[in-house]
Amino acid sequence: MFETWFSAADAVFLARVQFAFTIAFHIIFPAFTIGVASYLAVLEGLFLKTRNPVYQKLYRYWLKIFAVAFGMGVVSGIVMSYQFGTNWSVFSDKAGPVIGPLMGYEVLTAFFLEAGFLGVMLFGMNKVGERLHFFATLMVAVGTAISAFWILSVNSWMQTPAGYAINEQGQFIVESWMEVIFNPSFPYRLAHMLLAAYLTTAFVVGAVGAWHLLKDSKSAVARKMFSMAMWMALIVAPLQVVVGDFHGLNTQEHQPAKVAAMEGHFKTEARAPLYLFGWPNEDTAEVDYAIKVPGLASLILKHDVNAEVTGLDAFPQEDWPPVPIVFWSFRIMVGIGLLMVLVGLWSGYLRLRGKLFDSPWLQRSAVFMGPMGFVAVIAGWIVTEVGRQPWVIHGLLRTSDAASPIDAVGVGASLVAFIVVYFLVFGAGTVYILRKMADNPEHTHIPDYARVPMAAERLYHEEG
Amino acid sequence: MDYAFIWAILIAIAVFAYVALDGFDLGMGILFPWVKQEKFRDRMVNSVAPVWDGNETWLVLGGGGLLAVFPLAYAVLMPALYMPVIAMLLGLIFRGVAFEFRFKSTSNKHWWDRAFMLGSMVAAFSQGIMLGAMLQGIKVSDRAYAGGWFDWLSPFTIFAGLAVCVGYALLGATWIVMKTNGDLQRKAYKWGLNTAILLIIAIAGVSVYLVSSFDNVAERWLTWPGSAGLWLVPFALAIIGGGLLNSLTKQQQGRPYLWALGVFLIAFVGFGASIFPYLIPFEITLWEAAGPDNSLAFLLVGAVILLPIIFAYTGYTYWVFRGKVSEQSGYHD
Ligand code: HDD
Ligand code: HEM
Ligand code: HEM
Repeated sequence: MFETWFSAADAVFLARVQFAFTIAFHIIFPAFTIGVASYLAVLEGLFLKTRNPVYQKLYRYWLKIFAVAFGMGVVSGIVMSYQFGTNWSVFSDKAGPVIGPLMGYEVLTAFFLEAGFLGVMLFGMNKVGERLHFFATLMVAVGTAISAFWILSVNSWMQTPAGYAINEQGQFIVESWMEVIFNPSFPYRLAHMLLAAYLTTAFVVGAVGAWHLLKDSKSAVARKMFSMAMWMALIVAPLQVVVGDFHGLNTQEHQPAKVAAMEGHFKTEARAPLYLFGWPNEDTAEVDYAIKVPGLASLILKHDVNAEVTGLDAFPQEDWPPVPIVFWSFRIMVGIGLLMVLVGLWSGYLRLRGKLFDSPWLQRSAVFMGPMGFVAVIAGWIVTEVGRQPWVIHGLLRTSDAASPIDAVGVGASLVAFIVVYFLVFGAGTVYILRKMADNPEHTHIPDYARVPMAAERLYHEEG
Repeated sequence: MDYAFIWAILIAIAVFAYVALDGFDLGMGILFPWVKQEKFRDRMVNSVAPVWDGNETWLVLGGGGLLAVFPLAYAVLMPALYMPVIAMLLGLIFRGVAFEFRFKSTSNKHWWDRAFMLGSMVAAFSQGIMLGAMLQGIKVSDRAYAGGWFDWLSPFTIFAGLAVCVGYALLGATWIVMKTNGDLQRKAYKWGLNTAILLIIAIAGVSVYLVSSFDNVAERWLTWPGSAGLWLVPFALAIIGGGLLNSLTKQQQGRPYLWALGVFLIAFVGFGASIFPYLIPFEITLWEAAGPDNSLAFLLVGAVILLPIIFAYTGYTYWVFRGKVSEQSGYHD
């Protein structure tokens, strides 16, 4: 009976498009909320320590933006957790015993924590006193990081499975939870993704600061934003390049076909060239229009110019990922990473000379770089996920064998519904966020902390 | 007691926690059409704004927990209930963002009010459809869903969908009674009475239908010792329903919500007992659906340690925001 269902083979394709679409939207919000939650914790901590009202204004300013983004992150996330079942039921049945408990822990340790303290963080300023309020902010920030821990463990296990066995129903069962959770690619992916979230946020904050500085170069609040963001760019962007390099070496070890696609290496060869640009042609197994540096790929991947690097020819063609997508997404991500490093260095240089706030060109560049973190994050995930194809669990379960036994019509219809709703709803949300960002941060209104925590009747009415 | 059984109880608790908590905030949206004044609407939304995210997290635990410990049930149910699940998710998106968007938007507030209202209704209705579809049975063969695209659709499931909407409206009304005063509270007493009566009728209807159309259920309820239970349920329903109506007419503050929860609890236990030990009624038992013991045990450790902590801080949040919600509470920007 399965055959009749699967005769509509493109149901699998539609399910993949649906997954890619919904997760690509979802990841935009965590990439930002993980960063902003930590930023808010830092701001509130600094305020309590220094009593400098600038920090308090910054806190309120970003809190409102955070609230909108967080709401969208939650609703798009709930979709993800049900989609495993609706579209990937075979995967759920087989991999549920391994990944299910990890996601269960995510709910128990992260989602409840975030949700529980979010209310206090957003609405409790005048009800709980400042220390407790700071504690709530911290819990939300910690919750987002814990959430990243578990979900990336799940994803990394699908990339580099370890610690499992397979039972007679074909289900994956766990032999060692430590090996499952701390599977080979997990530490790299966790570090790389958390840094990505911090960088993405830093560049958004930097862009907002720069935009207000361009209008009013004396604004103390905008200066503080900009300065903090540029410190992040200076320190974290180079760190991300280093972590990314280690991540790549790890991938080279466990998923060599993915790296071959990233690098455009069709042939296994010594002194492998690094292709800067070009178009990988899967039919001829050549990179067309290539601009390349001979030996550099061997140097980066093996730390030896003459070393041999495995190419796609070492794998049967049905096990190749789609090369051009992986190749190009990788270049977009790395290109943005390098631009971020440049901005960081530039700001460091100006800061040394005491001119951090005096360069409109730096400010314009910062505005331009504002959304780039998101682009890099999505490009990075495309490298990771498309590069894993045709496997859903690398080397063990093919994507085409993982889908639900349902036909294309329904998957297609729901896909269309998601596309329409996401663009409408999250489009509106983006407009509201941009509007908030356009508000002058100097005019941020500050409610009082509660002296006596209590009194619902004395609830604060805060104006816009 | 084995792991699968303990987990079945834990998942049941999660689902009940979900219904008890998200029920009243979905109810807020379902009651929206009967509230025209903007200040009342603001008050209703503000009374749930600090807690709705936590309430919905129980739904994530229900889904995630099913995947973790009963992967086969999850893998069969989700494709079987594909359309209502997607509809529920879309509904939850609209209402979830409306909390923030209502206050952010200047000219489109009424559109986000509609999003909140329709989103809540669609989500509640879909949940009722899913409940009905599970009770009426799901076709399974060879570890996979074997039915058609529209199996979930029947007069019975539509009735169940409406019943859940009514039930959530009741929870919402009793919540408003507890959290507000004045005119809005007076309206809420009226809604509470109407929905309470409708809900009790609906529960009776669903029960009669189940016993009369399914031999399995009938056999269970009509032979000893089930028949004792059969008489216990309507008896309990009568007492608790009476308590609910009484406390609404006496215009008590917090009690109506608790009585309403009691009605839900009876219905929940009754349906649970009708299908136990099946997870997918009359096809897959909870032991067949359970994952390997070591997965169940691994997550159980966490659940046992973390659930009490979660209850504690969730309770704390409710305590911080206790008391009546005044006209201008919340933050309006
Ligand atoms: C927990 C697991 C998990 C996580 C955290 C992610 N993915 Fe994923 N992804 C999958 C689990 C998965 C999957 C279930 O394994 C899919 C569905 C079909 C497939 O091949 O893999 C998939 C496919 C998939 C595809 C389609 C690939 C193809 O079919 O060629 C894209 C573009 C993405 N994902 C993008 C992302 C993005 C932007 C993520 C950022 C959060 C992400 N994935 C996280
Ligand atoms: C397939 C993968 C994913 C699934 C199934 C998933 C599921 C979810 C769910 C259900 C929520 C809402 C929780 C709530 O009710 O509060 C959520 C939110 C969140 N997710 Fe994901 N998620 C996925 C990928 C990711 C990734 C890759 C990250 C980060 C690295 C991430 C980080 C977060 C964070 C920080 C939140 C908190 C709310 C917010 O977005 O602001 N998620 N996710
Ligand atoms: C220039 C330096 C960078 C290098 C060398 C680098 C390297 C890599 C590699 C090799 C992967 C794929 C790993 C795998 O699938 O096994 C990856 C994934 C990824 N990258 Fe980068 N990256 C860089 C910069 C960035 C930047 C600036 C961002 C975002 C701000 C970013 C975000 C991501 C994300 C979100 C993923 C997917 C998750 C993961 O696998 O960690 N990367 N990166």
